[in-house]
Amino acid sequence: MQMSEYKPLIVAFCCNWCSYAGADLAGNNRLAYPADVKIIRVPCSCRVNPMFILRAFQRGADGVILCGCHPGDCHYTSGNYFTRRRMALLFSMLDFLGIERERTRVEWVSAAEGAKFAATMNDFVATVAALGENKRLEDLRCKR
Amino acid sequence: MSKEYLRDDIIRSSGVNPKKCMKCGKCSGTCPAYDEMEYHPHQFVSMVETGDIEPLMASKGLYRCLTCFACVDRCPRGVEPAKLVEAVRLAVIRQQGANHLSAETVAAFSDDETPQQLLVSAFRKYSK
Amino acid sequence: MQRVGVFVCWCGSNIAGTVDVQAVSEALKNEPGVVFSANYQYMCSQAGQDMIKQAIIEHKLTGIVVCSCSPRMHEATFRKTAQAAGINPYMVEIANIREQCSWVHKEMEIGTEKAIILGRAAIAKVNLNAPLTPGESPVTKRALVIGGGIAGIQTALDIADAGFCVDIVEKKPTIGGKMAQLDKTFPTLDCAACILTPKMVDVAQHEKIRIFSYSEVEEVGGFVGNFDVKIRKHARYVNEDICTGCGDCVSKCPMKKVPNEFNLGMDNRSAIYIPFAQAVPKVATIDPNACNMIKNGKCGLCARVCAAGAIDYTQQDEIIEEKYGAIVVATGFNPISMDQFDEFAYNQSKDVITSLEFERLTNAAGPSAGKLLRPSDGKHPQTIVFVQCVGSRCDACAEKGKEYCSKICCMYTAKHAMLTRDKYPDTDVYVFYIDVRTPGKNFDEFYRRAVEEYGVHYIKGMVGKVTPQGDKLKVQASDLLANKQLHIDADLVVLAAAIEPDASARPLATMLTASMDTNDFFTEAHPKLRPVESPTAGVFLSGACQGPKDIPETVSQAGAAAAKVIGLLAKDKLQGNPCVASANEMMCNGCSSCERVCPYGAITYENKEFRMPNRTTAIRRVASVNPAVCQGCGACTVACPSGAMDLRGFANKQIMAEVDAICK
Repeated sequence: MQMSEYKPLIVAFCCNWCSYAGADLAGNNRLAYPADVKIIRVPCSCRVNPMFILRAFQRGADGVILCGCHPGDCHYTSGNYFTRRRMALLFSMLDFLGIERERTRVEWVSAAEGAKFAATMNDFVATVAALGENKRLEDLRCKR
Repeated sequence: MSKEYLRDDIIRSSGVNPKKCMKCGKCSGTCPAYDEMEYHPHQFVSMVETGDIEPLMASKGLYRCLTCFACVDRCPRGVEPAKLVEAVRLAVIRQQGANHLSAETVAAFSDDETPQQLLVSAFRKYSK
Repeated sequence: MQRVGVFVCWCGSNIAGTVDVQAVSEALKNEPGVVFSANYQYMCSQAGQDMIKQAIIEHKLTGIVVCSCSPRMHEATFRKTAQAAGINPYMVEIANIREQCSWVHKEMEIGTEKAIILGRAAIAKVNLNAPLTPGESPVTKRALVIGGGIAGIQTALDIADAGFCVDIVEKKPTIGGKMAQLDKTFPTLDCAACILTPKMVDVAQHEKIRIFSYSEVEEVGGFVGNFDVKIRKHARYVNEDICTGCGDCVSKCPMKKVPNEFNLGMDNRSAIYIPFAQAVPKVATIDPNACNMIKNGKCGLCARVCAAGAIDYTQQDEIIEEKYGAIVVATGFNPISMDQFDEFAYNQSKDVITSLEFERLTNAAGPSAGKLLRPSDGKHPQTIVFVQCVGSRCDACAEKGKEYCSKICCMYTAKHAMLTRDKYPDTDVYVFYIDVRTPGKNFDEFYRRAVEEYGVHYIKGMVGKVTPQGDKLKVQASDLLANKQLHIDADLVVLAAAIEPDASARPLATMLTASMDTNDFFTEAHPKLRPVESPTAGVFLSGACQGPKDIPETVSQAGAAAAKVIGLLAKDKLQGNPCVASANEMMCNGCSSCERVCPYGAITYENKEFRMPNRTTAIRRVASVNPAVCQGCGACTVACPSGAMDLRGFANKQIMAEVDAICK
């Protein structure tokens, strides 16, 4: 199958306190996930401006995942609540633009959830790979 | 009729969530008709939760509840046991399809002896 | 343009096993800005660090990228290395090619490819890095403790013993709080006054502690290390420095019909009063709402009998302004009002009382001099019913009561029941409970003793209704285990009322920009790991203002809060995290969006004069971030509609550059 062999480009934003540490834990435990995932460290999930996600899509990313602390556990008390609201809005806008909902995701991964991080990434990569290339938002001038 | 169906029906028609009950017994402490009922208010709630509706429907005590709503007023968890009693009564009535009153038949009952209020309430009760 | 050096670590075979480190350092050599690229077996080793330092000096590097393990592991190490070689420590970026690359991928080709991309992203970021210097602010070496109960007392003593000045602000005329009202304390049954009053005396005599009694915090400005606080000292119409606390005025005062709040209104006091014998400060206070002299100028008896001449009817409220380095909130709790619980007939019968009133009734200094007598007729009660969970554990939708468990009621009710049976073995004592919750050292043993040794009747069930009838209280309740309804003729009913934060907590939280939960309890910075700090830097929590707690827990939390305060005050300067938000004043339109999302209250607005065309100036309202308070979460950067807010170290441009580098 052509589709499933597609290697998508995934950008993952991870908050410094929970999800980035969760990704480290996945590494410590040698829990494999596809190399298509590239992680960017941010202090808190609420640091992620919707512009960053749009920029990633414009530059040819096929999926963007945003990971933060579990609700109530935010290092900065309330940051992930802002994330939750902002992303709900952004995702519904992307939906309106015809971008598949599966290309974007918000996931809460704590510093202890290395296994969850790997499982989430495996699942997300498989989902995006099945969707194939992001054509609608990609700026052809930026094509790889 | 299955146990679950009955239970869900009671929960739906009463709008009560018996899972909110913390089993403190304040409803039974407050109930003025406690000694008249074989299933006391707190038992009523937990029996609905477990789905033992049929013994409730068969109990005489079902009709001893005064519907004074003291249990509803005082329940700290907002469970509203009296509404469950009412819903179980309704379930009994619904199963007695035979005594359904239709508008046409009511006229035949009306005579000088029967109070009009009785007719109205009977009609209301048996036309559900 | 930056001069970037790239250092690829093998981490033995940890990285080199899956990533072709040679290929990575070769590939990254051609990235923009890179002037030097190398790889080495262990970058974090002394030899590796020396190699970095040497390269920085030799190649005049302005920034470095280390492709190695997680920044959570060695970022600090490499920052120190960079600093030692003379460049700003924040000019270091780490590409995590171990935890997030070599360890999770198995094939050399894939791992190498990803490592190059991660390195590229780090280089793109470091190209936009700017040297950052952590801001420094001085620390005022004085702490403010708001609330003079056992929590505040303990915190103040611990801080003062470490050598720092402490001020206690207490709104009542005396410190002591709720504990001063208690009779005995569980689980050891020592008398509350015997263990509390020595501490109160310690506070009064401590040279580092000042007590502002009968005072309230009116305004709080500033930030961690530099709070400016205005305290309103209410006029007590008695000169505190002169009054000896002899009590002559109290006994001579003709106005003796004022409900005594210390005994919860169960007896009366005079218009000029000292709350209790061991009050600290032990000075009289005139209640302006009761005193005839203050109200209409007719009396003046107290001034005549005062040998010291301390009475001053013209005294005015005084405003004290002081600077503090740290603030501890210890505002405590109150039992909730029983007005909404009509079923227990609290407002109908004097013999239905709350547990705090019961404490006063059994206290030797209380209205009945320690004899357990009914408030209505002064007779000894034969049957006492205790009702637990009155107003606790209620549904959120219910219009009355609190959702949480008040935590202390199970234990104090066991104490009351036990003490009653101990002093008056002829009384019947019933306790109606939903659950008996006794987690704590020696707590369950205590409760079992009440049942097994003292013969208290514990009944699982709840009281539904209390009806006063004659001189009896008809108690109707359920016994769930016996499946019976009980009817008890009681002489006294004691309600274990839920506890709630003091009403002064909410306005105080607003002043401090400290956050609260829906129940008005102060929230802690982290529920498990930072339980005595508020999310607002420099504000600490002590005692029941943070959640219901008993005395042992309060004292340990008070000590913990003091330790945190001492840790703060011990510093001469506070070094902040330089990765904080900052507003571009030229772009800011003063809309307040950022201020509303900031969890720390770090953003304020100021009116600034700006140069405009044609030699004119204009005053505009612009955001200003206090770097000492900002924790660097970045919530404001996204909320800002004009893009004026940015986060140092994680700037919009930097993250965009990373995105671009990854998606290239």
